[in-house]
Amino acid sequence: MTVDKDSKQNKRDNELEVRLLRTMMLARAFDSNLPTLYNKGLIQGSSHSAIGQEAVAAGACLALRTEDYVTSTHRGHGHTIAKGADLTRMTAELLGRETGFCRGKGGSMHIADFSVNMLGANGIVGGNFGIAAGAALSLKMRGSDAVVLSFFGEGALNQGAFLETANMAKIWNLPVIFLCENNHFAMSARPEDMLAVGAIVDRAGAVGIPGVEIDGMDVGAVFDAVQAAAARARAGEGPQFIAAECYRFEGHFSGDTMAYRDSAEADLWLERDPIPRQIQRLVSAGVLTTEDVTSMESDVKAMVDEALVQASAAPFPNPQQAWEDVYA
Amino acid sequence: MPEMTYSAALNKALREEMNRDPNVFVMGEDIGVWGDGGGVFSVTKGLLDEFGSQRVLDTPISEEGFVSMGVGAALVGSRPVVEVMYSDFLTLVMDPLVNQAAKMRYMFGGQAKVPLVVRTNLGAAGGKAAQHSQSFETWFMHVPGIKVVVPTTPADAAGLLKTAIRDDNPVLFLEHKLLYFMKGEVPDVIEPIPFGQALIRREGKDVTLVATQVMLQLALKAADQLFEEEGIDVEVIDPRTLVPLDLETILTSVKKTGRCVIAHEAVERAGWAAEIGFEVSLQAFDFLDAPIVRVCSANLPVPYTKDLEAVVIPGLNDIKDGIRAVYQGKQYSRGGRAINE
Repeated sequence: MTVDKDSKQNKRDNELEVRLLRTMMLARAFDSNLPTLYNKGLIQGSSHSAIGQEAVAAGACLALRTEDYVTSTHRGHGHTIAKGADLTRMTAELLGRETGFCRGKGGSMHIADFSVNMLGANGIVGGNFGIAAGAALSLKMRGSDAVVLSFFGEGALNQGAFLETANMAKIWNLPVIFLCENNHFAMSARPEDMLAVGAIVDRAGAVGIPGVEIDGMDVGAVFDAVQAAAARARAGEGPQFIAAECYRFEGHFSGDTMAYRDSAEADLWLERDPIPRQIQRLVSAGVLTTEDVTSMESDVKAMVDEALVQASAAPFPNPQQAWEDVYA
Repeated sequence: MPEMTYSAALNKALREEMNRDPNVFVMGEDIGVWGDGGGVFSVTKGLLDEFGSQRVLDTPISEEGFVSMGVGAALVGSRPVVEVMYSDFLTLVMDPLVNQAAKMRYMFGGQAKVPLVVRTNLGAAGGKAAQHSQSFETWFMHVPGIKVVVPTTPADAAGLLKTAIRDDNPVLFLEHKLLYFMKGEVPDVIEPIPFGQALIRREGKDVTLVATQVMLQLALKAADQLFEEEGIDVEVIDPRTLVPLDLETILTSVKKTGRCVIAHEAVERAGWAAEIGFEVSLQAFDFLDAPIVRVCSANLPVPYTKDLEAVVIPGLNDIKDGIRAVYQGKQYSRGGRAINE
């Protein structure tokens, strides 16, 4: 990793370390609630858990500024929470309520919060590459120093859209960070079977974009890499690529029995769970006590519960609202 | 009023919009220096010199990528006008247009605006064959969330393009290859022309004929000839935009004439003639004196050689035959292969 060790920006202070932990805990608590919501019949359609991948979402979004943009994926709750979206409005969207971010028209797969420059989850794998690069093009044209970060999974790398947009981002030197979350599963497909290159960063190298491979189970490593990439993109050094290796602890969506998964492999990854890892780091450094950790855990759970209570109290949209925001 | 070509009128409207609003930019393949200085059909001629490479972007051959980038740029405040060299290549940009641009405002509950214009051209132009001659406008009429514009005259092309650029929603702006170098009067001051306002290009009392672009030009010629030769008086309507569609003007006309012909270059099977024909049969049923007639391309790919191309693409005589058929209360089809074949 090429982080400038002398730059003050790159030092993670204790307050930041705790915020990283707390953000991961919140994302975990949110996604941990999904099966309950399903079982109670409160949500329908598809909803994809990102449990195990919280370090990528938290590390990346906390390394960005508020005015920076992110584009997300179908597995995007963590990205949305980490970018600062309101938990109650997110929950309300999953519940299909009028007060949801998309007023009940998007659901889990299309959550967007434009007020925090989160340009939307996307139901089309790879659908956001061009949108991220296009947003970066617009920012550059208008002289903004904001950057765009595009989250995507390793499965999306096999969409032609990646090559097309990464190439244009490079020739036009756009401030976009391509952040690949290699969670080792595209539904049931494994990257070793589907990617012809051994190293994911080689895909970016093919269009001349510098890339780093990082431990996506280490929130600090993600933060440092994204902060460095954002600084380079902001300084006019063009697109950046980060491959964060992580692991999808749950199925593709609720109800996936994961017959295709080797449980011994999963057990090894569970040992690398980013949350206990950050807890251990902070407790052993004396930043937090175990009581602090317990209290944080109950805090975030209370936040998720409270969001659910408030969201559940909100009305469903009136059927007439199906005709709103229509123009053609 | 000065006369200029359709291409020059589009160029003038683009230039004026780029001068008016710094957020407007153009991108596409070979739009900068190709030919006589901008685009295969010269629509972007001179813009690179005038506005520079920051606002006139020659793209790689990556249609999905650059249309998708247009969507992203529009989403955060730019007003991109993206050129797709031939409408046949719209097949490559279905995801950004259909799943992304058309959905965002609705799917995100009104948070998003996508002021994107995608310009391209429809139709056969003599020997361009199966992958450079198609008319896909109906596909996009089928997607809620995209406006579909089909200008015929230079003045309409210019005025409708201004409206498209100022629209906060995605607009598919469909030009026609054979129209680019046809001339017409264009006002000195190009005013935006509202979408959803059809024009009666020729008044008549016997038959209503709805057509766009090259078919519209043939329809006007056919109408003049049939009036002179056979005394059939045809009213010719140019919808100008297919989404939104000014159905009212069509219905009013059909209620007057009692007969309706719809002509389009897109293939007959499930083309937009079927949609308009259905609405007319539903809403003007009691006024119809004959079955509705459509004059459309045969249900075939467009072949290369001249005599075969003419089998597929309707010509002047086909439109005259269609008008005679409806006038005599007969059925007419040139689709050739029915939907169950």
